[in-house]
Amino acid sequence: MSELKEELKAKIIEQLNLEDIVVADIADDDALFGDGLGLDSIDALELIVMLDKDYGIRLSDPKEGRKIFESVQVMADYIQEHRTK
Amino acid sequence: MKKVYINSIASISPQKTFDNTIFLNEIIDYNDTVIFAQDPDYKQYIPPAAARRMAKGIKMGVVASKIAMDEAGIETVDAIITGTGMGCMIDSEKFVSAIIDNSEQYLTPTSFIQSTHNTVAGQIALGMECKAYNFTYVHSAISFESALLDAKMQLENEEAQHILVGGVEELGEHTTKVHRLINHIKPEAVTISEVLDSKTEGAVFSEGTNFFVVSNEKTNSCYAELVAVETFNTLQKEKVSEAIETFLKENNLKAADIDVVVFGNNGDVDFDGFYNQLSEGIFSKTQQVFYKHLVGENNTVSAFGVWLASKILKAQSIPEIVKINNVNSSKIKTVLCYNQYRGQNHSLVLLKK
Repeated sequence: MSELKEELKAKIIEQLNLEDIVVADIADDDALFGDGLGLDSIDALELIVMLDKDYGIRLSDPKEGRKIFESVQVMADYIQEHRTK
Repeated sequence: MKKVYINSIASISPQKTFDNTIFLNEIIDYNDTVIFAQDPDYKQYIPPAAARRMAKGIKMGVVASKIAMDEAGIETVDAIITGTGMGCMIDSEKFVSAIIDNSEQYLTPTSFIQSTHNTVAGQIALGMECKAYNFTYVHSAISFESALLDAKMQLENEEAQHILVGGVEELGEHTTKVHRLINHIKPEAVTISEVLDSKTEGAVFSEGTNFFVVSNEKTNSCYAELVAVETFNTLQKEKVSEAIETFLKENNLKAADIDVVVFGNNGDVDFDGFYNQLSEGIFSKTQQVFYKHLVGENNTVSAFGVWLASKILKAQSIPEIVKINNVNSSKIKTVLCYNQYRGQNHSLVLLKK
């Protein structure tokens, strides 16, 4: 689980090109949107594609992302439960 | 009709030209076939949240536009008009590669959104919250001149008072490979002093951006009056001198009235003859300058020629590094820029002090 969380943090930084942020800067419970990392709706779409491509999780309703992308911890829990690859 | 003035300039190029207080004082020598723009401190101008989605061309365009706006001392403009031959290549290549690599699945939005030709003009407008006319001309080597002509006509007809106009090009890895394959890029590396006499086909490819605030009012920061712009899609080599003389006549000038002529020689043995016939012909007694040995070739690099002409008119001096010949002129009042790429898309830009 801890490995998955580190992997997710690295992917978020790389995929969303978060300049000046390293894995250690993101706590497991940090909010990804809003006051936390400050991600926006375009980032949410990028994360939806990442879930599909890397973990075989296809979100049929983009609104689901709001809950799943709350924090790295929540994302990791969801991936652990639903991943197909 | 109102007169049109270049009230500010900004350039990001393979030379350190982003600081308007200096004028080619320090030259970076290259020995390559492809050269990249020198980066200013982008963070000084673009918030990190916005910068993270911007490829180099967008960053260069946004920063150059801010430098030009600062120098003009204005907060907003009545129009933003850009020119680009190739557009946002880095994101275009990223998006197309993703389509191929992922068998047309898993397509992410960012590179798609950022890959349009109008992205630079759009991002500039977003940054300054400018909802005015926003347009991008995509027309190979006359993309910038098309933008400049649009701006000039709007200002002359008082449809606008201040317009931000510029050209931008960025190098994409795959596109560069393609240009190399079709011999548009020189086969061997050349230094800046060797470019003109390289005797090989192709050019040294490059990237960069040049922005200008043009207005129908002259301000203290004014560089030059933009007198005339003309473009030609096709023009036979033997008709170039005649076309230039006709252009000058329309502006009540003769070749002898031009104090400095700015040529777009890029050292391509197949096409530099377009310029050489003028050097040895109608402009043989005129001070000739060139710039592509310093900043390379790209579809909107002719905007650097206009940048150079503007600097020369304001500074009333010509850096030795750009001189082709040596003709003393006590006062530089009229400058003509002539450019073409591979024998097509010719442009003439006439500036006066």
